[in-house]
Amino acid sequence: MAKRIDVKDLNLFYGKFHAVDGVSLAVPPRNVTAFIGPSGCGKSTVLRSLNRMHEVIPGARAEGKVLLDGEDIYASTVDPVSVRRTIGMVFQRPNPFPTMSIRDNVVAGLKLAGEGDRKKLDEVAEQALRGANLWAEVKDRLTRPGGGLSGGQQQRLCIARAIAVQPDVLLMDEPCSALDPISTLAIEDLIQELKKDFTIVIVTHNMQQAARVSDQTAFFNLAGVGQPGRLVELDDTERIFSNPSQKATEDYISGRFG
Amino acid sequence: MSDSDTVGRPGAPGLARGPRGGAAPDTAPEAPISTPKGSGGTPTQPPKVITRPGDKIFKALTVGSGVFVVAMIALIGIFLLIQAIPSLADNQANFLFGRDWDADPEGGLAFGVLDLLLVTVFSAVFALIIAMPVSLGIALFLTQYAPRRLARPFAYLVDLLAAVPSIIYGLWGAYVLAPALSPISTWLNENLGFIPLFATGTSNLAIGQTIFTAGIVLAVMLLPIITAISREVFDRTPSMQVEGALALGATKWEVVRTTVLPFGRAGYISASMLGLGRALGETIAVLIILSSTTSHFGFSLFDGGDTIASKIARAAQEFNDPRGAGAYIAAGLVLFVLTFVVNAFARAIIAGHKEYE
Repeated sequence: MAKRIDVKDLNLFYGKFHAVDGVSLAVPPRNVTAFIGPSGCGKSTVLRSLNRMHEVIPGARAEGKVLLDGEDIYASTVDPVSVRRTIGMVFQRPNPFPTMSIRDNVVAGLKLAGEGDRKKLDEVAEQALRGANLWAEVKDRLTRPGGGLSGGQQQRLCIARAIAVQPDVLLMDEPCSALDPISTLAIEDLIQELKKDFTIVIVTHNMQQAARVSDQTAFFNLAGVGQPGRLVELDDTERIFSNPSQKATEDYISGRFG
Repeated sequence: MSDSDTVGRPGAPGLARGPRGGAAPDTAPEAPISTPKGSGGTPTQPPKVITRPGDKIFKALTVGSGVFVVAMIALIGIFLLIQAIPSLADNQANFLFGRDWDADPEGGLAFGVLDLLLVTVFSAVFALIIAMPVSLGIALFLTQYAPRRLARPFAYLVDLLAAVPSIIYGLWGAYVLAPALSPISTWLNENLGFIPLFATGTSNLAIGQTIFTAGIVLAVMLLPIITAISREVFDRTPSMQVEGALALGATKWEVVRTTVLPFGRAGYISASMLGLGRALGETIAVLIILSSTTSHFGFSLFDGGDTIASKIARAAQEFNDPRGAGAYIAAGLVLFVLTFVVNAFARAIIAGHKEYE
């Protein structure tokens, strides 16, 4: 299931604004890659370009290649809708569908894909909720609205929703930034389990989190105000946090700027 | 420091040492009083709350406005009731269930509002059934599908429909739409005449002064009302939700179905009910379009007749006798209550869809 991603010379734009310049990186399968960097450096933009969510913003466009096991998801014959079905995404703030029950939230993706068999859907809902470490907490109230859960539970519900469609890759855009430390810990533990089955890319502002959960870390930075963001370096997480090859990386992770 | 911090905060008895910064001098004489006068020494008495004149004036204005609107509605209701009661007392027929309207005081009053009420509700609901899906389509097109450049002028154009005076709609309905609809209504009558809705009615189909024509004109009048509100609500769909659906691999239509429609449903329904209220009360366009008749209403779209509002307007010239006028005012009271019921119904529907947010 899990697939590798290779990004080749990716340039991202918002209208005329050049947001990200020439990013190339590789994400191996069954591996957690963390994107770190200051605000506005383009790490979320790069993440969103990996499942073609970048282009849903009016005026946004991408140039370059993103290869999923060698196939370019930006090829003209590829339908962005099918790309998003194979590359799941979890957002900064939990966004379950408020009018749907917990169960319907989890199977929303499958239903969109045309799966109608109730038994199959129930099975998948249980599997996905177990996979997201949420089953024990919600198994007695699957028909209640998803909006009634706590923030941390909602975020795990969103993870369950994303993994229910068995994606090849799971993208996470600061999934813990709206959560308390205990919920954060629950999500971090979950990431460790999910990486057995999925390729995971996570954007985080929390460098301890990047150090805890990821196998490799990419540091993004801005060359200056109004300049596009770019990838400074990508290396094993251990190397990045102990002995980075770039001075900018060392300055950033040790809290020194300029 | 701590003293000045508590000044002006309600529920801090005895700590008020005077106005901060010397402003609001009217509170100064009261400030040193630690317990309110006349409290009889009971410590449970709520402490005197310090308020500033600006707050008092503004509060008085807002409370006044609130009371004003409630009083207006109550006064209108009371006016209708007082004027209607004498005529209702003299009425020879059953007012609510009588189907003939004879408000001529010379021959003895005998008026029943049922037929007028039925035509009113029938034409308004018919208009709503046409207007609701079309408005939904326009609102979704404007918010989800139309390019931004086009959406703005187009929305403006739809809003402009609301600015057209209803007399213009009436003229257009009677002189342009009615003859144009004639072939359609004739075809419906000939082929689907076995359905009561399309049965031969009291109005001449060649001229087209039917509820069918009036309902379509009413529907056009409702479009801007329903569209404008629905558009605003759909536009406010949280982008988080939309992105969530997109990231699951939803197509444009699926995004609309899973996020925009559930989010906007309550607003759309309340917009429609607002439109229904408008359709129930529409007077002049209906008056011009519908042919009046002495026959009973037969639940056909090809009937003529009168709505409550158009009946009152038709008779308004002859309101010289208070008892005759009272009969029409009683009919007006029924319309007044009907719009109230519609609004209450709409609120009940909206209250049932509170789970969003």
